[in-house]
Amino acid sequence: MSMPITCFVTSTNSISRFLSRPSLISRQKLRCCRSLRTTPRSSASRPINEIVQSIRSRETSASRLLDGALSRIEEIDPHVNAYLSVDVEDAQSQARRIDEQIARGKDPGPLAGIPISIKDNISTKGQPTTAASRILDGFTPAYNATAVQRLIDSGAVILGKTNLDEFGMGGSTEYSAFTETRNPWDLSRVPGGSSGGSAAAVATGMCMAALGTDTGGSIRQPASFCGITGFKPSYGRISRHGLLAYASSLDTIGPLCRSAEDAALLMQVMAGADGMDSTASKSPVPTFSAYLEGDLSGLRFGVVEESLASEVDTEVSNAVQNATDVLKSLGADVQTVSLPFLSHVTAAYYVIAYSEASANLARYDGVRYGTRAVDAQNSSDMYAQSRAAGFGGEVKRRLMAGTYALSSGYYDAYYLKAQRVRAALTNDIKKAFAAGFDALITPVAATPAFKLGEKLHDPVLMMLGDTFTIPANLSGLPAVSLPCGKTESNLPIGFQVIGEYMKDEVVLKIGHAYQQATLYHEMVPRAVEASVALSV
Amino acid sequence: MARQVVAFVNPAFVSPFLRGTSSLSAAGSFIVSRHIYDGTTPSSAARRCVHMSTTQAPQKKANQGRSKKSRGGSGKREKKSSTSPGLLRALQTYEPIIGMEMHVQLATKTKAYCNCSTKPVRTPNTNICPVCMGHPGALPVVNSKVVELAAKAGMALGCTIAQYSRFDRKNYYYVDTPKNYQITQDMNPIAQKGSLQLASSGKKVGITRLHMEEDSAKMQHEGAGAAGRLTDSTHSLVDFNRSGIPLIEIVSEPDISNGSEAAEYGQELQRILRYVGTSDCNMQDGSLRCDVNISIRPRGTTNFGTKVELKNLNSFASVQKSIDFEIERQANILDDGDAVQMETRTWDEKANETKTMRVKEGASDYRYFPEPDIPPLQIARETLEKWRKDMPELPSQKRERYQAEFSLSSYDAFLLSDDVTTAQYFEDSIEAGADPKQAANWIMGDITKVLKNEKIGLRLCKLTPKNLANMISLIDNGIISGKIAKDLIQELVLKGGVPSEIVDERDLKLISDPEVIREIVAKVIEENPKELSAYKDGKSRLFGFFVGKSLAASGGKGDPVTTNNVLKELLDD
Ligand SMILES: [Zn+2]
Repeated sequence: MSMPITCFVTSTNSISRFLSRPSLISRQKLRCCRSLRTTPRSSASRPINEIVQSIRSRETSASRLLDGALSRIEEIDPHVNAYLSVDVEDAQSQARRIDEQIARGKDPGPLAGIPISIKDNISTKGQPTTAASRILDGFTPAYNATAVQRLIDSGAVILGKTNLDEFGMGGSTEYSAFTETRNPWDLSRVPGGSSGGSAAAVATGMCMAALGTDTGGSIRQPASFCGITGFKPSYGRISRHGLLAYASSLDTIGPLCRSAEDAALLMQVMAGADGMDSTASKSPVPTFSAYLEGDLSGLRFGVVEESLASEVDTEVSNAVQNATDVLKSLGADVQTVSLPFLSHVTAAYYVIAYSEASANLARYDGVRYGTRAVDAQNSSDMYAQSRAAGFGGEVKRRLMAGTYALSSGYYDAYYLKAQRVRAALTNDIKKAFAAGFDALITPVAATPAFKLGEKLHDPVLMMLGDTFTIPANLSGLPAVSLPCGKTESNLPIGFQVIGEYMKDEVVLKIGHAYQQATLYHEMVPRAVEASVALSV
Repeated sequence: MARQVVAFVNPAFVSPFLRGTSSLSAAGSFIVSRHIYDGTTPSSAARRCVHMSTTQAPQKKANQGRSKKSRGGSGKREKKSSTSPGLLRALQTYEPIIGMEMHVQLATKTKAYCNCSTKPVRTPNTNICPVCMGHPGALPVVNSKVVELAAKAGMALGCTIAQYSRFDRKNYYYVDTPKNYQITQDMNPIAQKGSLQLASSGKKVGITRLHMEEDSAKMQHEGAGAAGRLTDSTHSLVDFNRSGIPLIEIVSEPDISNGSEAAEYGQELQRILRYVGTSDCNMQDGSLRCDVNISIRPRGTTNFGTKVELKNLNSFASVQKSIDFEIERQANILDDGDAVQMETRTWDEKANETKTMRVKEGASDYRYFPEPDIPPLQIARETLEKWRKDMPELPSQKRERYQAEFSLSSYDAFLLSDDVTTAQYFEDSIEAGADPKQAANWIMGDITKVLKNEKIGLRLCKLTPKNLANMISLIDNGIISGKIAKDLIQELVLKGGVPSEIVDERDLKLISDPEVIREIVAKVIEENPKELSAYKDGKSRLFGFFVGKSLAASGGKGDPVTTNNVLKELLDD
């Protein structure tokens, strides 16, 4: 409870990272918030809704909640490295504002006082937004992403920005230009990615929820690696305005939370049309909470045959099997379904994602913002040098591949063909839903969290990890990653529920029903606690 | 009043299963509630011009072709008409193949994909926001007015308007392009397959396509040496006020055969687009920009020659002159057995010649692909019908009608329909009862003359069409003379007033009482005895002298016919 400050002094990595970056946390600030520390864990497993109630009823306050989160950060983040920046002062003034509103009898909204972290590829006004790339080192946006703005408008306190694979390109958060986030369940392992920072932050109670982005599994896979709930909404359900685009036709913003119930609350606030994004859907936003109640009788689930094939870790497939048994016990009709195109999706996904990325990241040229090479002799040298210095290896690999795929003479063979595979896959899935299935079930990933560095130098291996998550992106479907067990070596396992387009509420209902019947989502990582204790 | 104008379908999915045609129901706009950017500048540096180091200088290659210019009379060229001997000779041997690409800034209040104003401002980087600056995470949202103006322009050019069209990204790195790609239309342009008829010859020039896109930022190259050449500049300033201003690009078929046809094509296009309100089409301000593709081939052959692109043509005169120059230049090269180089050339007004701007090294690969941030555009049939109904009568239609309905000459019809304001003025005066021919004469003659002297446009003319009709009827009814009208016209044009009232107030009515006129005429004859005797001696031409004197003596009010009759009577008795 009263841990000495030494952990900050000794774990220099995190602190120096904070100090080297502008307007970020300082040691003094951390000290002063330490003294106000509350019991950190107490609120972590309670539904956000309940916590909001206790803030509204002034049982606790936004400021106390924030201090709890800040002290968790102070205590744990040096070991986990989930954050790229934490704006303590700004967060504190947000929390004070919420408390003042409540004192005046005003309701700040359904997320009153809830500290939420934002993946660092989502625009936050006045807080750095780097996409974990050197090319945006020091960049501070002029506007909030629509999703962030809607959180703020609902009373949330924006706490800080979390680490990721540079521009979301990766599945381990190792491709961050700034730091390596660790899996709180086993610090020698990756948290998954690309929303690894967000997943690790939520798993360790360094915030109550976080935003991530999901282009091919970047919310769901780290959620499963860290033992939390990660929801990827239907394409267009949440505005992408302010999301630093990786692959525009695949990118989605979504919540990483403790539970499906919490995810539903965040979805309620963020979903809906946006005049700043014409790909944001105009279809009405359902009342998510209304869908949470009730069992699963009458629902039919299809376990995707191909996803339980031999290359899937047996501990994983067993856990998924157990999860389907739970779903059956809740009244659902569970059968198997085949998606023949599944084997092609990875290749198609990468062609589409890289192609779009090659144009999306063209704007990072050092002309208007970001890092510019200083001694270039002409504009093309300036581009080449700025980008060579600004982008990491994985980003460069993907941009070059995407540029190639769009080149004249190759467009038909790659981009067009990939779009055809996409259409065929979508058709496969459409058929499954037409045949009466309400949701599809797969593991989230074939394995639990892998070791740091294990796949770092084998990008192809890293890519193949996304096979089960990619279909929901290619077809724009809502999908949730739910914790459903642990391996013998104490690593969380997750399974995925994929729903019909724009039926996000059904997916969350299934998740909630499952979590009402199980306790996997309340698992908390011990490894990080042990490390904290050791360093004391 | 909610009215469906334009609907989008989601581009991400080909399959209708995921999202069908979703339509928007915002009044007059498919942008339901655009956030307005709160005015904060994207970065403090953005207020100023964005500085960058040396621009990439266009390669300078030996001015091929021109190096041979000293040969055979095509050296320094004097200002030439389209039929210089050199050109005639070239045209005898070679067939020019000419196509035009026009870029037209649309007359919208806001930019193509964001809410920034399109109003010209002096201070650089003031009309900017994260979208038109290409800031991280900013997304384009199509301005519905852009779609409307583009579709209407397409209709006016007889194009087929696509009910389904799509935006694409054109990828290239250049400092004036903030996203380093331009949002344009490649595979599915909004309009295709139209034509434009040249009034002089009746020739139809095909319109291949018309598509929507966005303008680039303005660059200012600094630090150039004494030569002022781009090559020597040390750095460039970039002003993003123009970035994202909506454009349409109109591409013609290579149906044009010489400079004057090209100029006529351009002028007619300008006229049409002004008629339908697409743009003010001002070449000086760059709201109309004209690029020319030109190649020549020996007459009778079918293979195309090497294409040269002409850019930076800021008047139709330069369009004409540069093309005619180019025909001759290319002919000279081919005559010498050399090959024309594929390149972009620019028109040097002072030197009266085209000059190499940059040499193309292989075709550029723009890596077009569908813009994933903008769903495909679907325009409802009813919307298209409504826009078609809004279509005004076009210049060519007016010209025909003026000739048929008002028996005007083709020249008069052409002049009167040259711009909408004049045509409207003309038609309004006819509406008010004026005789068409007289109205035409007044408008093209005295009214234009007064306006020109004062350097003002017809819009500021204080003589309303109704009062012009009033004035013409005063003449027709013999109430005033044409002379009185001519005397009054300056005042009417500049100050206004009702002619019939002015005539009453100032007692300017014609005197048609023969007795009164007889008095005046008698006095004139009496006062000019020398002329009288000369007349009597057979100098009958002096009759005119007496008419003039008599009319003048009446203060221009004497009825000319009566005056004539009375004079005849008195002189010849
Ligand atoms: Zn703008």
